[in-house]
Amino acid sequence: MTERLCVTGLTAGYGGPPIIEDIALAVEPGEIAVVLGPNGAGKSTLLKTIFALTTVSAGSILLGERELTGSRTSALVPLGVSAVPQSKNVFPSMTVDENLDVGTYAAPPADKAATRERVLSLFPDLKEKLRQPAGELSGGQRQMVAMGRALMSDPKLVLLDEPTAGLSPAYLEKIFDLLLDIRKTGITILMVEQNARQALQIADHGHILVNGRNHASGTGKELLEDEDVRRLFLGGAAG
Amino acid sequence: MSEFVNFYLFPALTIGSIYALGAVGISMIFGILRFAHFAHGDLMTLGTYGILAAAALLPVNPLLLVPFAMALTIFAALFVDRFFYRPLRDLPTIYTVISSFGIALVFRSIVQLIWGSENQVLVAGVRPPLVLFDTFRVSILHLQAILTTAVIAVLLHYFLTATRTGRSMRAVADDPELAEVSGLDTAKVVRWTWIIGAALAAIAGAFAALNTSAHPNLGWNLLLPMFAAAILGGIGKPMGAMAGGFIIGMAEELSSYHWIGDGALISPSYKTAVAFVIMIGLLIFRPQGLFKGRLL
Repeated sequence: MTERLCVTGLTAGYGGPPIIEDIALAVEPGEIAVVLGPNGAGKSTLLKTIFALTTVSAGSILLGERELTGSRTSALVPLGVSAVPQSKNVFPSMTVDENLDVGTYAAPPADKAATRERVLSLFPDLKEKLRQPAGELSGGQRQMVAMGRALMSDPKLVLLDEPTAGLSPAYLEKIFDLLLDIRKTGITILMVEQNARQALQIADHGHILVNGRNHASGTGKELLEDEDVRRLFLGGAAG
Repeated sequence: MSEFVNFYLFPALTIGSIYALGAVGISMIFGILRFAHFAHGDLMTLGTYGILAAAALLPVNPLLLVPFAMALTIFAALFVDRFFYRPLRDLPTIYTVISSFGIALVFRSIVQLIWGSENQVLVAGVRPPLVLFDTFRVSILHLQAILTTAVIAVLLHYFLTATRTGRSMRAVADDPELAEVSGLDTAKVVRWTWIIGAALAAIAGAFAALNTSAHPNLGWNLLLPMFAAAILGGIGKPMGAMAGGFIIGMAEELSSYHWIGDGALISPSYKTAVAFVIMIGLLIFRPQGLFKGRLL
């Protein structure tokens, strides 16, 4: 069901000088990979590039055997790639149910009712809010709606841009637990995170970007124990 | 009481219906394509003259020729979008707004060129009104306009809330970037926006001309109250625009009723200023409109 994501020599930007240069990373099927780095390192640009929202000047993005560079953004959902932007990630005037339904339009799942049931079992909090406009929900609930929408197309790969940004500690923990639940369903996750320690604790692999380039990569455990990474991103304390 | 119903309430609801049908298109185009479509009134005019053209070939009740007018306005709207608005889509919206002014002039000039600039009536003669409860004398046209608009409102609500295309349209109006990230077919959404907006403009044009007469400035003269209705309902909220149309229409017509004393509250000659005053008031105090639409 899932396929390997392989990024090689990726250079991209927004029309001007490149924001990310010569990026290489691989995400194995069914694993969680996290991209870390200081502000302005190009983490979100990397996700946007995979989702065809920037201008690629070199490199390739392979999902399985399929080349994603050159695809239109709207064509990626039918290819099995879903994305959850960091902010403005729900349709505010539409109900939670309608937001989830929109997730099926580009790539209708084989059994919509079963997919909806599976998504709602991941986010039981949403069951009581189905008829409420998504714009009236809290930040954490909106994040769940956004993730739910992304999962409604039965994707192979989900891209998450800072899913815990601005959330309370309670929701932060909840979202990380949810990511582990989503991984259990076999979906590959590539996410950008600011909460480096928690992200590395649940991630299979981590990739650190600095100034738009690869700086370090390894398993979550390796990076948590790496002196350099601890000093730069984890406040120096042991994990 | 009967004077109020016969001479104010039903005419007000009729004007409201015309504004409502026109305002839906303006609101949807603003919500989805992000620009004020100043040619919308003239699209209505084009529909009206489409009926006149069809009536020359097929002398039946003009309302039966509305589908022909709808086909004409839909074709015209899709044509101008493809060749005039779409090439400007990536530029600041002011280019498209100015372009729509140009298109308005083109539509009006075409109408004048083909049909002349004098007033023309769609139905000659006086039609007897319908007498209800031996008291109320209601024009059949007024009833037709109000009932048609009510049916359209129900159908439009169903379309927007229960169909995939309708929900996609609301999603694009809410957040076009997220709609694209969600893989929605934005080109299809744009196409349906024009189809619905233009079809309703043709119906509005038909009722407007039947209510008075057809002339090249028919739609242009209705543009201001229709914009006021769209803003009142909340930009990007078609059902809000419907409600806004009725409110503006009622406010305009009922402003000249003798609410206090024997004279009209506001002289009928200042009737059109009512929409203008409401629009200015809204832009200052509640720019998001009654239904929390997009901020202008």
